[in-house]
Amino acid sequence: MTIRFADVQVGDSIPDLAKPPIDRTQLALFAGASGDHNPIHLDDEQARSGGLPGVIAHGMLSMAFLGQVLTGWVPQSAIRSFSARFTAMAFPGDTITCKGVVTAKTQENGENVVDLDLAAVNQDGKQTLAGSARIALPA
Amino acid sequence: MKAEELVGKVYAPFTVDVEKGRLRLFAKAIGESNPVYLDDDAAKKAGYASLPAPPTFAFSIAMDAEQPFKILEDLGVDKTRSMHGEQIFDYIEPICAGDTITGVQRVVETFEKKGGAMRFIVTETLLKNQHTRPVANLRTVIIVRQG
Repeated sequence: MTIRFADVQVGDSIPDLAKPPIDRTQLALFAGASGDHNPIHLDDEQARSGGLPGVIAHGMLSMAFLGQVLTGWVPQSAIRSFSARFTAMAFPGDTITCKGVVTAKTQENGENVVDLDLAAVNQDGKQTLAGSARIALPA
Repeated sequence: MKAEELVGKVYAPFTVDVEKGRLRLFAKAIGESNPVYLDDDAAKKAGYASLPAPPTFAFSIAMDAEQPFKILEDLGVDKTRSMHGEQIFDYIEPICAGDTITGVQRVVETFEKKGGAMRFIVTETLLKNQHTRPVANLRTVIIVRQG
């Protein structure tokens, strides 16, 4: 279903995206796929020597999940901008849920655009990413 | 080198080929099941030239060129003392499999927080495709723990 500008109101939530738990296989795949081979995502020993409790998930993996909450809502070509701040670490076993809320409706460059506040939260409700996005919608 | 001296620095351009197999692996790694990201025909039906790169893949293009670490090398800072603080993408045109992307990274600003305990360095990387059209602009905030 095409999402239209007129159908979206400030305060609306977009559908949540609940991801399955992050596991080490996913971190290994993401290391190869993303080009981020930092051992803190792959090797407990090296992660601990860097002062971490063990391997941590790539921040950009969580941001990729946050991108999926957008592309699950609108076609990717509608995304004008997308940002995220990394607010807490995610670990293997964590279950990340991505959420978005419409904060503004406006016009930019002759397009109808909506702004969203985005968040990724873990199973304890702790926010791992705080983000935003600007989406162009048909009238 | 001091971080302030890096502001305005423009790094040498880098070029990365966007490969279909790599995009499929990225889609698999993030648990993407939308056929637009996996199947050429579905991508073309959706109006893309080939499989589109997902929204955050533009950062991996810069990562392949090891761009995020160049400022750390210049500062003589160990990778383990740095974190990715924030990432911002502005999208201009889709990036698709088969594209050859050229990027140029520029150091935009730097500042300290928490009484100098943390140094923030902001870079911008403009990506253009093989038609020399801009496709995306990345703003990356790197945080270095100091002292």
